[in-house]
Amino acid sequence: MPDLPDAGACYELLARMTLIRRFEEEAGRQYQRAKAGGFLHLAIGEEATIVGTTSVMRDEDYLIGTYRTHGHAIARGTDPERVMAELFGRVGGTSGGRGGSMHIFDREKRFMGGYGIVGGNLPIAAGLALSSEYKGEDAVTVCMFGDGASNTGNFGETMNLAALWKLPLLFLVENNLYGMGTSVERHSAQTDLSKKAEGYGIPGERIDGMDVIAVREAVAAGLREAREERRPTLIEAFTYRYRGHSAADPEVYREREEVEEWRRKDPIEAFARRCVEAGVLGEREVAEVREKADERVEAAVAAAEESPEPALDSLYESLYVVGEAGGWYAVDERSPEPHRGEREEAEMPQAARKLAEAGAAYAGRPDGPVEGGD
Amino acid sequence: MATLRMREALRDAMAEEMRRDEAVFVMGEDVGVFQGAFKVTEGLLDEFGERRVRDTPISENTIVGAGVGAAIGGLRPVVELMTVNFALLALDQIVNHAAAIPYMFNGQARVPLVVRMPGGGGHQLGPTHSHSFEALFLQVPGLLVACPSTPADGKALLKAAIRDDNPVVFIEHEGLYGARGEVPENGEAEPLSFGEAAVRREGGDVTIVGILKMAHVAEEAARTLANEHGVEAEVIDPRTLRPLDLDTILASVRKTNRAVIVEEGWPHGGVGANLATLITEQAFDHLDAPVQRVTGADVPMPYARRLEQAAIPHPEHVVQAALAALEGSI
Repeated sequence: MPDLPDAGACYELLARMTLIRRFEEEAGRQYQRAKAGGFLHLAIGEEATIVGTTSVMRDEDYLIGTYRTHGHAIARGTDPERVMAELFGRVGGTSGGRGGSMHIFDREKRFMGGYGIVGGNLPIAAGLALSSEYKGEDAVTVCMFGDGASNTGNFGETMNLAALWKLPLLFLVENNLYGMGTSVERHSAQTDLSKKAEGYGIPGERIDGMDVIAVREAVAAGLREAREERRPTLIEAFTYRYRGHSAADPEVYREREEVEEWRRKDPIEAFARRCVEAGVLGEREVAEVREKADERVEAAVAAAEESPEPALDSLYESLYVVGEAGGWYAVDERSPEPHRGEREEAEMPQAARKLAEAGAAYAGRPDGPVEGGD
Repeated sequence: MATLRMREALRDAMAEEMRRDEAVFVMGEDVGVFQGAFKVTEGLLDEFGERRVRDTPISENTIVGAGVGAAIGGLRPVVELMTVNFALLALDQIVNHAAAIPYMFNGQARVPLVVRMPGGGGHQLGPTHSHSFEALFLQVPGLLVACPSTPADGKALLKAAIRDDNPVVFIEHEGLYGARGEVPENGEAEPLSFGEAAVRREGGDVTIVGILKMAHVAEEAARTLANEHGVEAEVIDPRTLRPLDLDTILASVRKTNRAVIVEEGWPHGGVGANLATLITEQAFDHLDAPVQRVTGADVPMPYARRLEQAAIPHPEHVVQAALAALEGSI
């Protein structure tokens, strides 16, 4: 078993994992209260894989992940307040409420998203790594994805490109044993996922994703390979989500005993126990970490509650960088000349508003029928 | 000015932008050693080397996705896809990622990416190499769509596309790569702004809108209308479909009171369908006849020359449509 780092580092690892755990538990509660909409994918149980990885990354490195990445952003240093506000669909969210739970993004922290398409982030990771390579920069891109994504065409295409072009990339598959509700044995002919990129010349390694120190060591080695040798590697971290795939998952595909067994290997409790037993951290510090996480998450909920909902007139913001070109970028975005809808909107503000609220594409259409309108 | 073929004009646009900006690079299947499947990237590898002219594996979604990532990372990739049909393999990256990322991350990431692709029929390439998907890309908010019909526009628009901070789907027509035209040389002309239609021919009787190769078909039809029917058609080439210079089209329709739209793509939900709706919504009171559409046939592109030609609009179809719009007035 690899040695523990110093007390400060251990405290930080425990604090990050605990904060993510508490954040996710609270996000689940807020979802039950209908404060967050859509799908909610929680990473409870996967904290060691996340925090072990980010703890050895440099600030300039890129991290790109999946739709289960509230914790990844927090691990990179994004304020929990901003992640919670994004779940609430508020202006104060990481994407101002435009992305939601599946699309967290924080450019400043080089957390490059948050992608809702399984496997969709792999080619983008290759492009980010290419941009670093092209500019002669040292940054490495860490691409995290689930076991299910290893079956997509993007996996094979991206592994090939990464090896062919010697890109500074580290792939990390968060193998939580299920692609949604389908177990690895039922979704992948090769169940040793670390071998799936060998044919492309990318060596793989299996590690215990519930052990934050093991993850740290493996990722640090992978980062070195990528940074210094321009050799991408694939790490398969075994981990487990205690909750369902999303909040709407009845979990008919696995036994309660299996979940209980993994809970006994809880990455946070195990790490806290180890730190205490080794005399690196005291019980009081462990308790303090929990209290601080509770407080921070409480503050995150309060901040998210206070953040306003996006204004209706912000609907088209950030869609385009609009230059000096005339013409209509979108059907109902205007050229400098007012068009019919705009003139008549003043006379029929209610109809236009109803259309806009209904999400109609032709929000300015003056005389269109309002389906279901009163 | 120099007389160049479309493929040379496009090549010059890329070369000039690559000389101007180190962040611009080209990648795609066979763009380097092979010099491009349609020879559009000819000579680029020699001048710029393998770092900036990158041959890729046949992995369309990953090529475009790598372009998306590189663009987010601060580069200006120009990705070539061998045909528009192959772009369907990359629709996930084009629609779910390139187009959505600026919006869904609230402007924190921009995707200054150009995806070039040739389409269109006429070379007997059959149902997997010769379709027209302008309408498909036009529908996606977040994308810009260019469809040049002359070498000068091809060069000016491609330069503009490379400098634009939005993702651009740049549709070329296979049948126009060899077409010649006067093109401003290095430094002689500014890039052309997106959203500026060209009035190819002025006339007061009927407005004909045509894109890509159909812009030329529209002009030929207009000559026939003038010579044989005494009808003066106004021919408009929108040049970009997003943003769309609807004002120029509407001004023309308000003058002529009649509109014909010509495209090579399929009729249902096509460019013409969209434009006809916009004209009807915005200029209904000015129309003296229903908007006429001339489109490709509603079939996958057939191979046999006779059938392929039957599936593509020709000037006589445009003439007929214009005369139908004018029925009773001449």
